[in-house]
Amino acid sequence: MAALFDLKNVAKSFVKGKEKITIFEDLNMEIEEGDFVAIMGPSGSGKTTLLNMLGGVDQPTGGEVWFDGARIDKLSEGQLAKWRANNVGFIFQFYNLMPMLNAARNVELPLLLTRLGSKQRTKNVMTALKLVELEDRAKHMPNEMSGGQQQRVAIARAIVSDPKLLLCDEPTGDLDRATADEILKTLQLLNTEFNKTIVMVTHDPAAAKYAKRTLHLDKGEFVEAEQAA
Amino acid sequence: MTAVWHYISLIFRLLIRIVTAPVWLPFWIVWWLFEKTGINRLIVKVAMALGLYLVFKNLTRKPLRLFLTMFATFVAFLIYGTLSTFESAIDAGVELSADDRLIVVNKINFTQPLPISYVNRVKGLENLTDVTHLNWFGGYYQDPQNFMAMFAVDEDTFLTVYNEIVLTPEERQDWLGSRQGLIAGKSIADQYGWKVGDRIPINSNIFSKADGSTSWEFDVVGIYTGTDAQTDTSSVYFHYDYFNETQSFGRDFIGFIGVRTVDPAMNEGVIKAIDDLFANTPYETETVPEKVFNQAFIEQIGNLSLILGSVVFAAFFIILVIVGNSMVLAIRERTGEIGVLKTLGFKSTRIFFMILAESLLLAIFSGALGLLATSLAVVAVNQAPIQLPVLVLTPAIIIEALVIMIGLGLVTGILPAVNALRLNIIAALSRQ
Ligand SMILES: Nc1ncnc2c1ncn2[C@@H]1O[C@H](COP(=O)(O)OP(=O)(O)OP(=O)(O)O)[C@@H](O)[C@H]1O
Ligand SMILES: [Mg+2]
Repeated sequence: MAALFDLKNVAKSFVKGKEKITIFEDLNMEIEEGDFVAIMGPSGSGKTTLLNMLGGVDQPTGGEVWFDGARIDKLSEGQLAKWRANNVGFIFQFYNLMPMLNAARNVELPLLLTRLGSKQRTKNVMTALKLVELEDRAKHMPNEMSGGQQQRVAIARAIVSDPKLLLCDEPTGDLDRATADEILKTLQLLNTEFNKTIVMVTHDPAAAKYAKRTLHLDKGEFVEAEQAA
Repeated sequence: MTAVWHYISLIFRLLIRIVTAPVWLPFWIVWWLFEKTGINRLIVKVAMALGLYLVFKNLTRKPLRLFLTMFATFVAFLIYGTLSTFESAIDAGVELSADDRLIVVNKINFTQPLPISYVNRVKGLENLTDVTHLNWFGGYYQDPQNFMAMFAVDEDTFLTVYNEIVLTPEERQDWLGSRQGLIAGKSIADQYGWKVGDRIPINSNIFSKADGSTSWEFDVVGIYTGTDAQTDTSSVYFHYDYFNETQSFGRDFIGFIGVRTVDPAMNEGVIKAIDDLFANTPYETETVPEKVFNQAFIEQIGNLSLILGSVVFAAFFIILVIVGNSMVLAIRERTGEIGVLKTLGFKSTRIFFMILAESLLLAIFSGALGLLATSLAVVAVNQAPIQLPVLVLTPAIIIEALVIMIGLGLVTGILPAVNALRLNIIAALSRQ
């Protein structure tokens, strides 16, 4: 079976004025469906840049990115938007909830891009909130919730449209140990019980332990270190 | 028909009225009604059905800012609405002029007299139905400041030539049968509290009696209204015979002649016939259609629509800057959120239209409130006991206002909408 993700000779560089900053020259990687990959590495090593390319919010300057048997690196902006809506759930370090919407409305956002009617949307939203154990907080505003609760709302938002892939950039970077463990357990559950493929960037070795394997990124290259979950 | 400064002072009084209490009152009444009746919840429901929920939430996230921008827009449309009804009321003098009515004045100047014998000579011409004559009296009530458009007229031909004047049959009877009778328009009668049956003294600032007095006594026999809502009802008419016999300035002169032709198409021929008839006499005439005469008269006031237009333009320009700036700031503050929405898969064009919808909603909702307040102001002005033209919020004004609302919404929204459209996700997310 072909891998869910297949990166072939991916290159990425930024041009800043006259200077050209090369982050990846020749990056190759495969991610199987159902995998849970942690990506670690020093600051500035290109972890976020890689995640952005996997998530289709940034495009490589060279090479190919294959997802589920189709190339995504040459899609137009509009096609990528549609692809993201269908295939990817994003979880950010700072939750990035809409401050004027309550938890349920925040979770509903990705469903506004579907053809679902409002009844069905509400049903799906409540299912997602139940999964992160926040159904009793549906009507709460983001500023009425703790960081951990907000991140769980963000997870619910990421999974509500049932994408294959979850991309998390330091999802526990802003949380204390106990809360972080809860979030990571939730991610693990999504991986094992719901077969979500997860790619998670983290600085925290303890967090990386929840993943099935950890990739170390350094100077634009992987230093692989297989780990049991 | 009044003088230059009269209208200017009216405009100022109107402006003062605009900036005082009634301005914010309707706004709060509507707000309160929304809260009380649950219309606000209904609006949310409708917005949801239209997929405007996010737009609505964005719009209302900063209540103070929303209120201030709405208030500014509201005031601009109130000014616009009120001044437009005012201008339209003045223009109505031209628009409502009968096409088949001509005015015959002294060729030197319309304030110079004509001999009364001219009336019968004009009557002898072809292609005209009725002829009447009027004298400007220069009347004022109690105080020289209270001057009014007052004319000495031939009582029965006046009513046939100026048939937009509406009297009850009894009033008409009394008017024709009296000597010192006077008919006053509803707006001026309301202003001075005149009732049918009153005996009132009116002074002239032009004429005097044989004994040197400038005061005449009149019996109010009728209060007239107009066939159209915008018909002027601020004039006063009385009998020429009473005037002619009591004033000491030389008898049997009239101010101007009003002629009704059988058809507007005949106007040209009739005009030529009249002016030819009196060519090379000591009192040569100039005959013009009433529309032309009124137009020329309004132009004497100074270019009123230019003044009003400038006020309205200034108001909208300020609004454009205020609302446009506030929209740009509001959207800039949401840079990160827009980045997140795009990451989730919201298309750039969708975000573009969401922002345009936001500025359009803002402009249309506050503009509609402004027009609502205008309609209340119009009712208030029309009922107030002061001499103002009859104000009507015409469909033309409402449509024009709607067009301006949409334009305002588009112009204030386009810049932030384009910014959001072009916003790069990575730049947006790393900027938070
Ligand atoms: N838009 C950009 N323009 C120019 N350089 C960029 C841009 N985005 C990232 N970079 C550079 O690319 C390199 C990798 O950045 P990236 O954000 O991927 O690092 P990271 O591994 O996520 O670091 P951190 O752990 O601090 O989040 C950095 O040197 C950064 O300065
Ligand atoms: Mg990073």
